[in-house]
Amino acid sequence: MSEELPRAGAEAPGEILYSERWTIRGGDFDHGGEVAAAVKSTLRQFAVAPEVIRRLSIANFEAEMNVIMYAEEAVLELQVLPDRARVTLADRGQGIPDIGLAMQEGWSTATPEMRQRGFGAGLGLPNIRKNCDEFAIESTVGVGTTLRYGVRFPL
Amino acid sequence: MKLAELAGKLELKAVNSLFDRELTGVYISDMVSDVIANAQAGNLLVTLQVHTNVIAAANLVDIAAIVVTQGKKPPEDVIKMADKAKITLFTTELNRWQIATKLYESGVR
Ligand SMILES: Nc1ncnc2c1ncn2[C@@H]1O[C@H](COP(=O)(O)OP(=O)(O)OP(=O)(O)O)[C@@H](O)[C@H]1O
Ligand SMILES: [Mg+2]
Repeated sequence: MSEELPRAGAEAPGEILYSERWTIRGGDFDHGGEVAAAVKSTLRQFAVAPEVIRRLSIANFEAEMNVIMYAEEAVLELQVLPDRARVTLADRGQGIPDIGLAMQEGWSTATPEMRQRGFGAGLGLPNIRKNCDEFAIESTVGVGTTLRYGVRFPL
Repeated sequence: MKLAELAGKLELKAVNSLFDRELTGVYISDMVSDVIANAQAGNLLVTLQVHTNVIAAANLVDIAAIVVTQGKKPPEDVIKMADKAKITLFTTELNRWQIATKLYESGVR
C-alpha cells in the first residue's frame, strides 16, 4: 500500500551536494531523537533557514521514534540539494496494514508503556506530512515501511 | 521576560544549570508529538513527562526550559542531557493548572 502527496518539483533532477546515512534500531528508546539531532546539526552547517530545519527536525523525530516503537531496524538517508533536503527512511519490520488509517490523526497502536511516556497520540505521521513539502509512504506487511519526505529551501 | 527573572518570581529552582534566555511563551502538554509540533522556540514547556526522548524533542525545536509538575523527579540521565542541550529543568510540587495560573500572574504570555 502507498500514499503520496503532490510532490511539486520532486521529479526535477538536482545535484546532490551532500548525503549521509544513519542506522536506527528498534526498541532503542535510550537514543531516541539522536539521529534527528545529527541531521539538524548537518543542516546547520549548510546554513539552512531555522524554520526549515525545524520542520525537517519534527519529521525526523517522528519517523525515528516510529522505527524505535514499531520496527526492527532502519537506515535514514539525508540528501542535501541546492534547493531542498530530502530524507529516505527505510525500515525492516512489521509494516503498516492500512496506511489510510495510520495517517489519520489519533489512530495509534502504541502500547500502554509507550502512552505512559507521552507517545501514542497518533500524531506522528500526520506531523511528518504537515511539516514537509513532499511526502510519500509505502509499506508491506511483514517486510517494512519506507518514508520519503523533504523540505524546500525558501528562495 | 527572562528565564532567571521568572524563576525568581515563582521560586522555581533549577535541577541543572540555569541557562538564562528570553522566554517567548509557554506550552503545556504531556504528548510528545503535540509538544514537538506546537511548542515554539524559546518556550517554557510545562509537562509531566521526564525522560530522555522529551529532552531530545525539546532540543530539536529549541525549547528554553521545562517545568516538570506534580513533584516528579528527573532521573540523572535526563538532567545530564538537559545540561548538554542547554535546557533548564525545573521541578514543582504544583500541578499543571496551578503552575499555569502562577505563570500567568507573573506576566508571562
Ligand atoms: N515504521 C512503522 N512500522 C510499523 N508501523 C508503524 C510505523 N510507523 C507508524 N506505524 C503505525 O502507524 C500508527 C500511527 O503512527 P503515528 O506516528 O502517526 O502515531 P503513534 O506513533 O501511534 O503516536 P505518536 O506519533 O503521536 O506518538 C502507529 O501507531 C503504528 O501502528
Ligand atoms: Mg509516532
